[in-house]
Amino acid sequence: MEVFAAGEIPGFLHVSVGQEAAPVGLCAHLRDDDYIGTTHRGHGYAIAKGIDLKRAMAELFGKKQGFCMGRSGSMHLADMTKGIMGANGIVGGGIPIVTGAGFAARYRGTDQVAVATFGDGAANQGTFHESLNIASVMNLPVLFICENNGWAEFSSIRTHSKIEDIANRAAAYGIPGIITENDVLEIHDAVGEAVVRARNGGGPTLIEVKCDRWHGHYVGDAQKYRNRENIEAAMGKDCIKNFERLLLARKILTKREIDGIEEEIRSELAEAVDFARSCPFPDPSEMMDGLYA
Amino acid sequence: MKDIRYISAVNEALREEMERDETVFLIGEDVGHAGGSFGATRGLLEKFGPGRVLDTPISEAGFTSLAAGAASCGLRPVVEIMFMDFVTCAMDSIVNQIAKMRFMFGNQYTMPIVVRMPEGAGLNAGPQHSQCLEAWFAHVPGLKVVTAATPYDVKGLLKSAVRDDNPVIFIENKTLHAVKGRIPEEEYLIPIGKADVKREGRDVTIVTVSRMVSESLLAADSLEKEGIHAEVIDLMTIQPWDRETVYGSVGKTHRLVVAHEGVKQFGIGAEISSAVTEEIFDELDAPVIRVGAPFMPIHYSLEKACVPGARDVSAAVLAVMGRPSSEERNRKP
Repeated sequence: MEVFAAGEIPGFLHVSVGQEAAPVGLCAHLRDDDYIGTTHRGHGYAIAKGIDLKRAMAELFGKKQGFCMGRSGSMHLADMTKGIMGANGIVGGGIPIVTGAGFAARYRGTDQVAVATFGDGAANQGTFHESLNIASVMNLPVLFICENNGWAEFSSIRTHSKIEDIANRAAAYGIPGIITENDVLEIHDAVGEAVVRARNGGGPTLIEVKCDRWHGHYVGDAQKYRNRENIEAAMGKDCIKNFERLLLARKILTKREIDGIEEEIRSELAEAVDFARSCPFPDPSEMMDGLYA
Repeated sequence: MKDIRYISAVNEALREEMERDETVFLIGEDVGHAGGSFGATRGLLEKFGPGRVLDTPISEAGFTSLAAGAASCGLRPVVEIMFMDFVTCAMDSIVNQIAKMRFMFGNQYTMPIVVRMPEGAGLNAGPQHSQCLEAWFAHVPGLKVVTAATPYDVKGLLKSAVRDDNPVIFIENKTLHAVKGRIPEEEYLIPIGKADVKREGRDVTIVTVSRMVSESLLAADSLEKEGIHAEVIDLMTIQPWDRETVYGSVGKTHRLVVAHEGVKQFGIGAEISSAVTEEIFDELDAPVIRVGAPFMPIHYSLEKACVPGARDVSAAVLAVMGRPSSEERNRKP
C-alpha cells in the first residue's frame, strides 16, 4: 500500500487486509496441482498458494518479468505452475471458470480439487447460481469460498441481500453450506473436511467466512458510505493478532519467534519490491507478441 | 466422394475429432440425450458416453466459462449455444474471459475452445431466435470468428477449429443445415484465416459469408446473363480475415460488393469496405456497396422482407457497375 501510495504501482489496488485467515486456513490443505481462482482482492490467496513474491510484485509494477508480462497488473495475478488460474476483474466471473478446472480434474480422473474464492457481492451474480448448480448436478470437486466482508464495493450487504448468511443458499443446490468466523483454525477445519469430501468424489461445498474489510473497495477509497464506527470495529478484529495470541498462550511460539517471522516477511517483501523496481517495463515493440486474432 | 447434409458434416467433424483426441468434449444444452436441437451431436452420447458429451442446465454463462476453465487446464471443449441469440447470456464469458485469458495471463496457458452457434433467419422464429451477430465477436481482439457455407467447408473448418489452440467462435447457419453437398471419404482440413474463391469473375468482386454465399452465387448466375462476370469470395474466416485474397480480387475487378445477412449498420461489410477504401483506394473504380439486413429486429411473419437475398446482391452489383436496375430503385438503402 505504501508503494502504491508513492505512485510506483499504476492502476487500481484492492487489498485484503483483515481477511488473511481464509487464504491461510484454505491453502494449508491444497497442493500445487490443486486449482484456485481468485478475485481482484485476491493477493492473499495467491501468496498463501505459494506465488513467487518477486514476480508477483513485478506484475503489480507492470514490469516485463511479472507473471503476466506486465499486461494485466494487480487484478489478474496468475501462476499456473502453482494452480493459481488467474484473478478475475469481473465480479463473479471466475466462479464458473474454476468450476471448469474442477471439471477438468474429474475428466482426467485425478483427485485434484478446484477452489473458487469470491465475496458476498459476487454471490448475487448469475454466475454464482449457475456454477453452484452445475457443480452440484455434475458432482464436481469444487470448493466455493465466499468471504462475506459485508461490503460489495461501496454498498452494504443490507442493500443487496435480505438474508445475512450466504451459506444458506447451499441448500438450494443440495450441497453442504458452512459458516465460519474469520479464524484461521476454524476455517482450516471446515476446509479440511470439504477438501477430503471433494477429493473422494463427494462433490462441492459452499463455505462462508464472516470477515471484515479494513480498507476501502480500493486503496484511496475515502469510504464516505461507511461510518467511522464500522471501520474501527473492523480494524479491531485482527485475525493475525488473534492467532498470535493463541500461539503465545499455548506456548507454540515465543514473542521473539513471532517477531522473527514478521521480520522475515518484511524483508521478503522489501526484496520483492526491489526486484520489481529493477525490472524493465515491456517494450512497446513486443506489445502485440503472441496475438492470434 | 459422398453426399452429405451440412448438419451431418458438423456431426462427422465432431465425431472424428473426438475419436482422434480424447481431450475433446462437447458441452451445451441438449447436446447429449437429445442429440442437439438441430441434430449436430446425434449419436455422440451413445458413442462417447456422458463423460464427454455433457447435457447442461440452461446456463450459458456457467457452462461456457466452465469450458474456458477446462480449456485452461488443457482440455478441448466444444461448446454449443443452441441459437446464436442466446450467446448474449455468455458474453462476459466470451468477451472478458475467453478472448483475454491467454493474453491477460501472459501466455501461461492456451485457450483451445470452440463455441459453435447457429445464426440466421429462415425458421420464422422471431426476433430472439434469428439474428446474425458475428460482427460483435469480430470486434473483440482475441477471438477467431469462422463461418461455413457448405457441408464441405463446415466439416473441414470445424476440424481445424477444434485443433486450434485459440478460441474460435464457429458460426453455422440454420437454413444451411439441410443443404447437401459432396465431401471426400478421407479426412481433410480447411485452414482458418483463408478465404475461398467460390466463383471466378473479372468484372466485380462479391465478398460474402454463410447463407449469403449461395445467394451471391445465384446472383452471379443471373448477372452472367447480363454479361457481368462476378467473382464470389467466401470469406469463411471473418476474423482474422484474408486481406490478401480480397485485395487480389479487387485489384483484378476494381469493383466490390460486400454481402451478409446481419444488419448492414456496423456490420462486417463496414469493416471490409473501410479497409479496402483505406488501403487500396486506387484500385477502386466505384464506391463499395454493402448488402445487409435493414436495421430492425427480425420480423416474425414478414421475415423474408428482413433478410437480404440474391436479388439484393444483383441490385448492388448492377449499381456498382453503374447499371441501376428497377429492383435497386425499389429497395430501401
